[in-house]
Amino acid sequence: MKKRFIIEGLDCASCASKMEVAINKLDGVKEASVNFMTQRLVIEADEDKMSSIIEEAEKIISRIEPYSKLKKA
Amino acid sequence: MNKNMRKRLIRIIAGIVLLLAAVLIDTTKDWINILLFLASYLIVGGDILLRALKNILRGKVFDENFLMSIATIGAMIISEYAEGIAVMVLYQIGELFQSYAVDKSRRSIGDLMDIRPDHANLMKNGDIVKVDPDEVMVGDNIVIMPGDRIPLDAMVVEGMSMVDTSAITGESLPRDVGPGQEILSGCINVNGVITAEVTKEYEESTVSKILDLVENASSKKSSSEQFITKFARYYTPLVVILAVLLAVLPPLLIDGASFDEWTYRALSFLVVSCPCALVISIPLTFFSGIGGASKRGVLVKGSNYFEALANVETMVFDKTGTLTKGVFEVQELKAYGISKGELIELAAYAESFSNHPISKSIQKAYGREIDQANVSDVFEIAGHGIEAVVGGKKITVGNTKLMKQKNIAYDEVDLVGTSVHVGIDGEYAGYILIADQVKEDSAQAIKSLKKSGIRKTVMLTGDNKKVGEKIAGDLLLDQVYTDLLPVDKVNRLEELILQSNEKKTLAYVGDGINDAPVLARADVGIAMGGLGSDAAIEAADVVIMTDEPSKIPLAIKMSKKIISIANQNITFAIAVKIVILILSALGITNLWVAIFGDVGVTFIAILNSFRAMNFKD
Repeated sequence: MKKRFIIEGLDCASCASKMEVAINKLDGVKEASVNFMTQRLVIEADEDKMSSIIEEAEKIISRIEPYSKLKKA
Repeated sequence: MNKNMRKRLIRIIAGIVLLLAAVLIDTTKDWINILLFLASYLIVGGDILLRALKNILRGKVFDENFLMSIATIGAMIISEYAEGIAVMVLYQIGELFQSYAVDKSRRSIGDLMDIRPDHANLMKNGDIVKVDPDEVMVGDNIVIMPGDRIPLDAMVVEGMSMVDTSAITGESLPRDVGPGQEILSGCINVNGVITAEVTKEYEESTVSKILDLVENASSKKSSSEQFITKFARYYTPLVVILAVLLAVLPPLLIDGASFDEWTYRALSFLVVSCPCALVISIPLTFFSGIGGASKRGVLVKGSNYFEALANVETMVFDKTGTLTKGVFEVQELKAYGISKGELIELAAYAESFSNHPISKSIQKAYGREIDQANVSDVFEIAGHGIEAVVGGKKITVGNTKLMKQKNIAYDEVDLVGTSVHVGIDGEYAGYILIADQVKEDSAQAIKSLKKSGIRKTVMLTGDNKKVGEKIAGDLLLDQVYTDLLPVDKVNRLEELILQSNEKKTLAYVGDGINDAPVLARADVGIAMGGLGSDAAIEAADVVIMTDEPSKIPLAIKMSKKIISIANQNITFAIAVKIVILILSALGITNLWVAIFGDVGVTFIAILNSFRAMNFKD
């Protein structure tokens, strides 16, 4: 399944690519992409692992850009 | 400029004032100047230092905050106060400009995409209620006032008006609409009041589809974006390691080399170690490109498709609805045993459930209300035709293949057009000749495509040889394959892909339901939007909103421009950085040049990337 989010306050392009790399490494993620310009995060992952993946992704995002927030698109 | 940016600007200005004061005021006591320098430094760079510290505590060392902190603190330690602070000031100006540029670009594309309707005027028991477009159901009647945005896809019931479709299609001429005509959400009603029956829920309406498409575009990244991501990951650590070596090794190995001198050179390394110019300008270029293209009625679903479009070598077209208008008109009728009127009536009834352009034209030629209760057991055979029971008779309507399959002897029609044969209870009853018209700009489109370097143009059609070859000849297409079933189209496309150069791409342009698998199979699938089916739009990578083939050469031109801007930015930024690195290592340059190099490149690259939004024909 695919889920879409908005990363509010995403203000640094290289942070966006760091987030993308880190989220892609999470267990169960088929494909994740972070678009710096549209501030969008799309995660494609197994349904049963989705909630834990989102939790992990939130941690990754606040670690890389402490001022940004994950919001449902 | 938002609040945060204004604050940053004020801090930068305050820092510059203090810095000038520190440099210009000649006090006898050095410590006063040093104090002024420190104050300036903390005001300008305090947030960077803080962030660097926080990140180090989190175990993340190599980020731009850290690098700038080290470079500027290093400069201070070797008593180059003014330079250290200037580096910080310029860096902050560069960062501010970046935020400003990104914000501006996000906004301008937001405006472009500002087609979201905010309300619908719902007719409820004779009253008009203002509701959210979300709450309107299919079949509800809505009233659209002059100047209002059409909230949902609908069919006009009452009233006449002009509709400005430019937000959706890029077409600047307003369209006249009246009862019975479809109106698309996102367009603007110009002058008359119209009442319309909603045909699609908000989620399914054109406006939602387009917004969804654009907002989620570029989740597929181009290879230049991927390259930059990779490059940034290795570039920064590499330069930092080189900087450390540069500061430490020469003083140890070379006689008379001073620590200060080499540290200074190493600091320049740190200043240009940030890959900002690249990391920001490439996505900005593609994003601007997606915005600029959609302004012209071309929706591109990801930045990788710009690359594919720029590299198209083989262009494959569907015929009906793509190169031709898809508006068929009955040209001739031949009936056996029944009247011409009866023939068209039976055919229209049998085809009444079909959306195929040919069925539509037969229904249109019949011109009267069709009572679908009289039609049963409808069986559609894709690429062949339809069988249905109408008023107790089994009606077979379709092409010669269907007639052969059903063992119905038929007339060989020797005229250009599509002949639809009709059988009643297995007996031949005659044919209806339908002809389509080539779109006005098709020939021009093919010509410009050839000029822009497309090597081969091919047409695939389910239509017969006669029609197909006539049209292909008129349009000067290189190859044509006729009498194709939907499956055959995919097979032909596979063959064409095998024949083409591996480094080049193949594009397919289509519109109908039959095209979805072919669109998906091609390197770039281009769908004709307005007429096209939802399935085709979903399967396509690029959607032409206006249905004009001439938008395809335009899209290719735009893609080439966007790719070249991206390449310019990559080459320019990397070249400047390398030159500065070499000059710094040799001690020819200084920190000023380094920071100007870094921030200046970012500036130029960002300005350059904005060109992707403005495309002149």
